[in-house]
Amino acid sequence: MNPIRDQLVWNRLLAIVEEQAQTLMRTAFSTVVREAGDLSAGVFNTRGAMLAQAVTGTPGHVNAMARSVGKFLARHPVETLQPGDVLVTNNPWDGTGHLNDFTVVTPIFSPQEGVRPVALFAATSHIADVGGLGFGPDGREIYEEGLHVPIMPLFERGEINATLMRLIAANVRDPMVAEGDLYSLAACNRTGGEQLLKAMAEFELGEIDSVGQRIIETSRQAMAAQISDVPDGRFRHAMTVDGYDSPITVVCCLTVDGDAIDIDFDGTSQISPHGINVPLNYTEAYASFGVRCVVGNDIPNNAGSLAAITVRAPAGCILNAEFPAAVSARHALGQMLPDVILGCLEQALPGSAPAEGASCIWNPVLRSASGAQGNFSSRAFVINPIFNGGTGARPAQDGLSTTAFPSGVRTTPTEVNEVSAPLIIRRREYLPDTGGSGEYRGGLGQVVEIEHAEGAPFVISKMFDRIEHAAQGRRGGEAGKPGRVFLRLADGTEHSLRGKGRDTVPAGAILVMETPGGGGIGDAHDRDPASVRADMDAGLTTPSE
Amino acid sequence: MSASGRLAVDIGGTFTDVVLDLRGTRTTTKVLTTSDAPADGVLMGLERVLALAGATPADVAVVLHGTTLATNALIERRGAKTALVTTEGHRDVLEMAFENRFEQYDINIGRPAPLVPRHLRLTVPERMNAAGETLVPLDVDAVRDVARVLAREEVESVAVGFLHGYANPEHELRTRDELTRTLPGLSITLASGVCPEIREFERFSTACANAYVRPLMSRYLKDLEDRLAALGVNCPFLMMTSGGGLTSVASAREYPIRLVESGPAGGAILAAHMARELGVHRAVSFDMGGTTAKICLIDDGEPLLSRSFEVDRSYRFKRGSGLPVRIPVIEMVEIGAGGGSIASVDGLGRIQVGPESAGSMPGPASYGRGGEHPTVTDADLLLGRLDAEGFAGGRLPLDEGAARKALADDVGRRIPELADPRQSAHAVSEVVDENMAAAARAHASEWGKDLTGRTLIVMGGAAPLHAARLMQKLDIDAVLVPRDAGVGSAVGFLVAPISYEVVRSRYMRLSEFRSGLVDEVMADMRAEALGVVGEVATGELRERRRAYMRYVGQGYEIAVALAANVDGESMREAFEAGYRELYGRIIPGLDAEVLSWTLTLETPPHDAALAAPELGRVQKALSAAPLFDGARAVPAVRRERDSLAVGASLSGPAAIVEEQTTVVVPEGFVVSVTEHGHLLMRRQAAAGAAGAATEDRSGAASRLRSPPARLQPRAETARP
Repeated sequence: MNPIRDQLVWNRLLAIVEEQAQTLMRTAFSTVVREAGDLSAGVFNTRGAMLAQAVTGTPGHVNAMARSVGKFLARHPVETLQPGDVLVTNNPWDGTGHLNDFTVVTPIFSPQEGVRPVALFAATSHIADVGGLGFGPDGREIYEEGLHVPIMPLFERGEINATLMRLIAANVRDPMVAEGDLYSLAACNRTGGEQLLKAMAEFELGEIDSVGQRIIETSRQAMAAQISDVPDGRFRHAMTVDGYDSPITVVCCLTVDGDAIDIDFDGTSQISPHGINVPLNYTEAYASFGVRCVVGNDIPNNAGSLAAITVRAPAGCILNAEFPAAVSARHALGQMLPDVILGCLEQALPGSAPAEGASCIWNPVLRSASGAQGNFSSRAFVINPIFNGGTGARPAQDGLSTTAFPSGVRTTPTEVNEVSAPLIIRRREYLPDTGGSGEYRGGLGQVVEIEHAEGAPFVISKMFDRIEHAAQGRRGGEAGKPGRVFLRLADGTEHSLRGKGRDTVPAGAILVMETPGGGGIGDAHDRDPASVRADMDAGLTTPSE
Repeated sequence: MSASGRLAVDIGGTFTDVVLDLRGTRTTTKVLTTSDAPADGVLMGLERVLALAGATPADVAVVLHGTTLATNALIERRGAKTALVTTEGHRDVLEMAFENRFEQYDINIGRPAPLVPRHLRLTVPERMNAAGETLVPLDVDAVRDVARVLAREEVESVAVGFLHGYANPEHELRTRDELTRTLPGLSITLASGVCPEIREFERFSTACANAYVRPLMSRYLKDLEDRLAALGVNCPFLMMTSGGGLTSVASAREYPIRLVESGPAGGAILAAHMARELGVHRAVSFDMGGTTAKICLIDDGEPLLSRSFEVDRSYRFKRGSGLPVRIPVIEMVEIGAGGGSIASVDGLGRIQVGPESAGSMPGPASYGRGGEHPTVTDADLLLGRLDAEGFAGGRLPLDEGAARKALADDVGRRIPELADPRQSAHAVSEVVDENMAAAARAHASEWGKDLTGRTLIVMGGAAPLHAARLMQKLDIDAVLVPRDAGVGSAVGFLVAPISYEVVRSRYMRLSEFRSGLVDEVMADMRAEALGVVGEVATGELRERRRAYMRYVGQGYEIAVALAANVDGESMREAFEAGYRELYGRIIPGLDAEVLSWTLTLETPPHDAALAAPELGRVQKALSAAPLFDGARAVPAVRRERDSLAVGASLSGPAAIVEEQTTVVVPEGFVVSVTEHGHLLMRRQAAAGAAGAATEDRSGAASRLRSPPARLQPRAETARP
C-alpha cells in the first residue's frame, strides 16, 4: 500500500466526478440544472458503494444518490451487466425523490478485464417536464404527477431502448428536451468512465476496489473521530411549518452514541393528501446535510462518511411517504429538515448551529392564464423564478439576507424574467425589519411586486412556507418576520393568498410576495452598538416607536 | 532618424517590469513597485533600461503600459467614495447578487461586501421596459435631491444604473447631465456605457467597480503622462487591457475597469504569439508564480476570450466569491497553487497544498525570513530543482536545512511512510501537480476542449520546475519556455494588437430575424469602437462580430462568431456549430434567441519578430548536484540557460538554470533551443524522431545544421 498513490487516486476520483458533473451541467437543458446545479454525479464500486460524489448545487441528492446504485444492482446484478449497458429510473424511491429526477447508471469495463465492470458511474438531473399535472404540489397520488419509469435499461449493449424513448416522447410536454437530457446523462457517465480508465492506466491499477475500500475506511474513521468529539446523548427538537392546508410538525430525536449518530423522526405529522410528501431517501439527504453543516463538513461524501449517520421515520409519516403518495414538491418540506437537525445539534454543541431561516426557496411558477387571453395580445408564457428569504443568524455573525439555504440555487435577474415573460417586476428589494433581532440578526427577506405588462390576468402556482410559522431564533434571539403573499387589487384593497397551490392574479392586480426573514441568535441587548447603528444607517432596521 | 524603440511597462503587485525593444535588441529590468506613487517605479525602471541600452528618451517611439493598480484598489478597497443611482424599488440589486452561497458545506461564509454601501445606493422614480420603452418618466426633481445627498456625503464618484438601461440609456444620460450641471467635478460612470448588457446585477457591479477605481486611475495616468513628458518621452502611450488588446489613455480613463488583469493578459498574448511563431495550432499557457497558477487555452494562435471575470475571489479562489465584472477578458482559470503555497496534512491524513500561501513575507521556510510552514518552493529545493546558492541571482540564498525541518515537522511527522523529508517533498510536489492538472482538465472540459496533444507554454518562476510532470499528467507532447519568461507579460505587450470591443444587448429571436436590427446594432458598435481605435491606430483594421445566443428558455448564452453578412439561416448554422462544439449535440426544431452582440475592431497583432537574444556566450561551470526522485538521487547535468546556443540540445536528467527559475528536464526528456531562443522540451522518443541531437557538453558543436524543427501542428480531435 502506497499512501501517496492512494491519495492521488482519491484526488483524481474527486476530480473525475467533478468533470462528470460539469459535463452534465453544460449539456443538460433544464434551467434548474444549468443555473442552479440541480444534479449529481458519482462513482461507485461494483458492490454499489459510493467512492466519490461531485459537490453540486443541491444537498437533496447526497444520500439518495448514494443508495440508488445498490437498488439498480439488486434489480440487475453486476455479473449480468454487459459493455454498452446503461440503466435508468425516475422512481422517486429508487432515485432522488420525485419523478422529475432521472438517475442513469453506467457500468465501466476495462479493456483488459472485460468480463466484469471495474466500477459504475451514476448521474441524476432534473428534467423540466415529465407530463401529468406538471411540477407542483397539487397532485393527490403519484399517478397524477407524470410518467413513471421503473429501473430498466436505457441502452442494451450500446442499443438505445427505443420502446422506452417512444413512451417518454408520448407522455411529456417537451419530448425533444427530455430525450436530449437522457442522452446527456449517459454521456457524462461515459466521460467519467473514460477518465477513470485513463487514471487506472496512469496509476497502474488493475481494479479500484482495494483503493476504494481504503477511501471508504479512511472516511469512516475520520467521520467517527469527529462524531466522537460530540457529547453523547439524546437531543430532541420539534418545528412546526405551514404544510399544504394544515400545519406539519417535524419531531426529531437525534442520538449521539460514541462514533455514530442516529436520527429518528418518530412523532412527525402523517402523510399529506398533497404533493409535499417526502420519500425517506430525500429525508435522509437533507437530515444528514444538516449534521454535516456542523460535524465533518470537510470530509468528502462517500459510503464511509455517510454510513456514520442513520436516519429513520415511521411508515405513514410525511417524511417516509410510501408509494403511491404524491411527492412532486418534496423539496418544500425537505429543505426545512436541516433547521430541525441543527436545533438538536445546538443542544449537543451549544453555540455551533445557526438559527432557523426561511429555508424553503420561494419559486413560484408564473404562467399566462389560459382562456383568459381574450382581450390581451400578449403571448403565452411560463417562468419559474426564485426569490429567497433570509438565513438564520450564524453562531457569531448575522444571517445572510435573501440567500438560499440549504439549497444552493442561483436566482434569475429581473431583466431576464422581463424578457422571458410579459411581466413587470415593479419592486424587488430588501424588506426592512424582517430579520429576527438578536446579538446576531437574522438575514432579511425581500419584497417582490409583479404585475402583468398589459394588466392581463396570470396564474401563480405556489410552494411557499413560513407564512403561518416564522423562523425561530436561538438563545434568546427573536424569530424572523413570517412571509406573506397577497394581491393588491386595482381598487387598492389587499387580498391574502395561501402559501401553497394555484391562484389567478386578476386583471390589473399586483402580486406581492414578502419572503420570510431568518431568526436571530442571542439577546438583542448584547448586540454591538456599532452594528445596531450600521443597520439603522443602512435602513435595514427602522426605529421602533 | 526617427525614434523606433518600443517600451513596455508592467506594474505588478511586487515588481514593475520594463522592457525596451530597440534596433533589434531587447533590454529588460525589474524594479520594486512603488505602491504609494506607482509612477516613481515606472520612471526608475525606464531610466535604468535606457541606460542599459545606451538609449535616450527620444529613442522611445511608443509606450505600452499595463498595471494591476485598479485590481489592487478593488482588492484592498482603496478606491473612491462611490454612490449608485438606480431605479426606485430596486435599491439592493448590488447586494442581493445571485442570492446564493458559493460553498455548500460552510455555514460561515461571507459574501463580498458591495463596493457601494446601502446608504449610498440612491433611487429615483423612472422605469424602462425590456424593449426600451418608458414606463415611468425620469423624475428630475428626485435627481436633484440625489445631487444634494452626493454633495453632503462628499461622494467623489458615482455610477448610474437603471433597469433596462442597456436597451435605452436616455434616463441615464439625462441623469448624468443633471448631475454634471450641479456637481461639475463629479466622476460619473453610466452602466449603459461601461457595460450595455442585460442582467442588472453584473452590469451594476461592473459600473460600480469602474466608478470606484476611476478617480484613482485618472490621477495616476495624468501623473504618469506629465512625468514622461517632463523626461522627454513625448510619444504615443497605450494601455493594455484584460482582453489582450491595447487601447488609448483617454478610453482607459473613461473605463479603467477594462485594465484589470492586464498583466496575466500580457502573458497569454506572449504565449499566443509564440504559438503563431512556431505554427502550434493548439496550445495551453501555464503561468505559475508565488501564489497562484493561471491556465489559458490557445487555439490557432488566439487565446480563449470571454466577457465575465471576478475580481478578488476571496474564498480559496472559489468561483462566486469575488466581485463580478463584465468586460472583455482573456479567459483563464486561476487556482491557489504557486511556489509559496503551503503544504499541510488534513484530518484524513491527506496532504493538502494551498490555497494558503506564504507569499513573499515570510515566504517559504527556506527563505529564512521566519516562514515555518513547508511550501512548494521548499519541496522543489529538496528535490534538487533549485540552486540554493544561485537563487534570484544569488541575492537570496536558500536555506535547505529550514526546508528540511519544515517538511519533517508538518508532513513527515504526520505520515510515517514519508519520514524522509525528500519523500515528503516528492509527495508535496505530486499533490500540487495533480491539483494543477485537475484544474486544467476541468477548465478545458468546461469549454468543450481537450488538452491531449497540446503544447504547454510556461511562464512564471515556478512553472518550469513542474512542467515535465504536467506534460505526463495531461498527455502533452511539448513544453515551450520563452526567453525572458520572468518579464513575460511586458514582452507580451510588445506583440499585442490595438483593439476595442463594444457590446450591446438587443433581443432577437432567430425565427424573427431582422437584418435591419443587426445592421443598426453593428453600425452603432462600429462607430463607438472606431472612436477609440481610430484615435491611436493607423492602417488596416480587422472586425470581429459575435452574437451571444441560446435556445429559447435556456439560462446561459454561448458566443457565436458572425460573418460580415448574416441572415437567419447562416446565424442558425453558426449557432448550431458552436453549440455542438461546446455541448456535443444540438436540439433540432427549437428556436434560438440572441441576447447580446459584440463587435471588436483591432489592428493585426504586432507579429514583427521580437528582437532575438544573443545566446551561447556565457560559459559558467555549475556544481553537478543531483535531482531527486523521492529519496533516490539522480545524477543530472546542470547548465546556465545563457550558455545554450540556438539549436543546442540537452537530454535529461538535467537542470537548466536561469536567474528566476530552473527548467527541470527529467530522464527521458530532451530540451532544445529554438531559433527565437525559447526552450523546447519533448519526450526523448518524440524528439529523437524529429532529429534532435543527444546531450552535448561542448555547446557549439551541437548546433543543428538543419532548419530548427518547427512543431508539428495537430488536427483538432473530433468530438463524438
